[in-house]
Amino acid sequence: MKTRLSLSQKAGLLSLALFAAILLVWQLATLPEAKVVAADVDPEYAALMGGGTASSASSFPTPAAMAQTLWDKLSDPFYDNGPNDKGIGIQLAYSLARVLGGFFLAAVVAIPLGFVIGNSRVFYQAINPYVQLLKPISPLAWMPLALYTIKDASASAIFVIFICSLWPMLINTAHGVANVRRDWLDVSRTLEVNPLRKAFRVILPAAAPTILTGMRISMGIAWLVIVAAEMLVGGTGIGYFVWNEWNNLSLTNVLFAILMIGVVGMALDSVFGVLSKRVAYQE
Amino acid sequence: MTDPNLSFLQVENLARAYPSPTGGESVTVFDHVNFHIHKGEFVCVTGHSGCGKSTILNILAGLDSATTGNVFMDGREVSGPSLDRGVIFQSHALMPWLTVLENVSFAVKSRWASWNKQKVRDHAMRYIELVGLLGAEHKKPSQLSGGMKQRVGIARAFSIEPKMLLMDEPFGALDALTRGVIQEELLKICAETQQTVFMITHDVDEAILLSDRIMLMSNGPHARIAEIVNNTLPRPRERSAIHKHPHYYLIRNHLVDFLVSRSKQFGALRDAPDAPSSPTVFDPADLIEPEPNVVPAPPVGKPHIHLVNA
Repeated sequence: MKTRLSLSQKAGLLSLALFAAILLVWQLATLPEAKVVAADVDPEYAALMGGGTASSASSFPTPAAMAQTLWDKLSDPFYDNGPNDKGIGIQLAYSLARVLGGFFLAAVVAIPLGFVIGNSRVFYQAINPYVQLLKPISPLAWMPLALYTIKDASASAIFVIFICSLWPMLINTAHGVANVRRDWLDVSRTLEVNPLRKAFRVILPAAAPTILTGMRISMGIAWLVIVAAEMLVGGTGIGYFVWNEWNNLSLTNVLFAILMIGVVGMALDSVFGVLSKRVAYQE
Repeated sequence: MTDPNLSFLQVENLARAYPSPTGGESVTVFDHVNFHIHKGEFVCVTGHSGCGKSTILNILAGLDSATTGNVFMDGREVSGPSLDRGVIFQSHALMPWLTVLENVSFAVKSRWASWNKQKVRDHAMRYIELVGLLGAEHKKPSQLSGGMKQRVGIARAFSIEPKMLLMDEPFGALDALTRGVIQEELLKICAETQQTVFMITHDVDEAILLSDRIMLMSNGPHARIAEIVNNTLPRPRERSAIHKHPHYYLIRNHLVDFLVSRSKQFGALRDAPDAPSSPTVFDPADLIEPEPNVVPAPPVGKPHIHLVNA
C-alpha cells in the first residue's frame, strides 16, 4: 500500500525522528557510568573523589529527570517562596515586563523620530552620524552608566532594553518612510490631504511592513539582552534565575530555563509574525 | 493674447530646464509652450519620449514647477496641487492596502471632509458603478487585473468632480482589447460629465477616438508644441465606425507622418534663429470640400479653436 504524504506531514515526521534521535543521544550520553575503583586506591579517597559508589549518576540530567523537572516546574509556575525560590512563571513575567516596558518606550521614541528622519533629508543627514556611532555599542555597556544615573537595578535593565530596541526600529522606520512610493504621495498631494491625515492614512500604512520588521528585530534583540542584563542586575527575572541555578549547580534547572527562554522568544516572534501579516500588502 | 475669460486653462510660455548631470549647461527639455483648453474640451498631447509631455502634465497638476512661464486655470494661477485638477496616473497609483471602495472613498473624503460615512460611501459607490466595477468594491488592487485597476483610478479621479482631469498615458500599460473597452467607457463618462481633459498618449487611434484637439510636440531638447490638429470627427464616436469617416485617415496619416518624420525636422528647425514659435493648425475640413451628404458638419456648440500667439 502506498500512501502519499503531504509536505508538512513529511516535515512533521522528520521533526519527530530528529527529536527521538536527540533524546536517544542525550540518554546515551548521560547513562550512569560504572566506575571501576582501582584496587590500590584508598576507598576513603575514592569516595571523596565521587567514585566510591559502584555507579554514580552524571551531574548532567537525563531526559527522564528533565521531563520530571519540566512537569514539576510547569505544574506550579507561580509559587513564591521568597527571593531565591520563585516559580518560572513569575520569573518570566518579570523579564517580559522589563522587555515590554523598554520596548514600548523605545517604540514611542523611535517611530515618531523615524518619521521625522525619513521625511527630511536634512534631519537624516544630521542624525545619521549619531545613529551610526551608537548603534554598534553593546547595550550592556550602558549598564554602569544606567546604574549610576538611575540608581535602580530594575529600571536600569529597562533602560538597557530601551537602548537596544531603539536602533532597529529607528532605522527601519526612517527607511520605510523615506521609501514610500512617490505615486502615493503624489496622489495625496493632488487630493490636498493634510499632513496629519497623510502621515496616518498614507505613509504609515505604506511603511508599516518595514516598521514592523524593525520592531520584530528589536524584540528579538531585547529578549536576547534581557537574560544577560538580569544576570548583571540580579534579583528577579529569567536571567537571574539561570545564574542563580548555576550557582546552585542545578544544571537541570538551567536547562529548563534555557528551554523556557526559547519558548517565550519564539512566542514573541510569532506575535510579530502575525502582526506583519496583517499590515502586509501586495502591490 | 487670447482673452483669459475665453479659455479655461491657459498655458503661457512654459519652459523647463534640468541641470545637466555632468555639470555644465542645463538642458532645456521644452520651451515656448503655449496652449489653452476650453471648458469641456478633450485635448490629447502626443510626441516622442523625452519631449517633456509628462513634465507639462505634472506642472499642470502642480506636482512639478516650470522654470519659466505660467499656468492659469479658471483665471487663477496654478501654484500647487489642487482638488480642482484630478490626475490619473499611468501606474494607477492605487494604495494597495485599501480596497477599491476605500481607495475611492479616500479621495471623496479628501474632497468633502465634512461628509458622513454613508454619504462618502454612496458617492464613491456611484463612481465605482460608473466604471463598471460594482461587485469588486471590496477587493484589494492586487486582486484586480490591470484594466480594472485603471478603472479604479478613473473612478477615483472622477469622484472628486474636478474642474479638470489630467491623464498621463492612462492606458499605456493595458493590452489592446482592454484598452479599447476602457476607452469607450471613458468616452461615455466624459460625454456625460462634460469633463475638461488633458491627456498624454502615444496611441494615435486613442487620440483620434477621444480628443477634440491633438497637440503634437516636436522632439526634445527644446521641444515645443509644433502642430495642433483639430479633430473634426463628429460625436458621439464609436470605435467600430469612426474609421469610415472621410476625415479619419486624413487625421491619422497626418499624425503618423508627424511622429515618423516631421517631429525630427522640427527639432532641427529649432536651431534656426527664425524658428517658428507658434504651432501650425491642421484641420482636415480645410482639405476636403464638404460634400453635404457624406461629411457631417463639425459638431455644433463646440467652441472654435484659436491659437495662442507666442
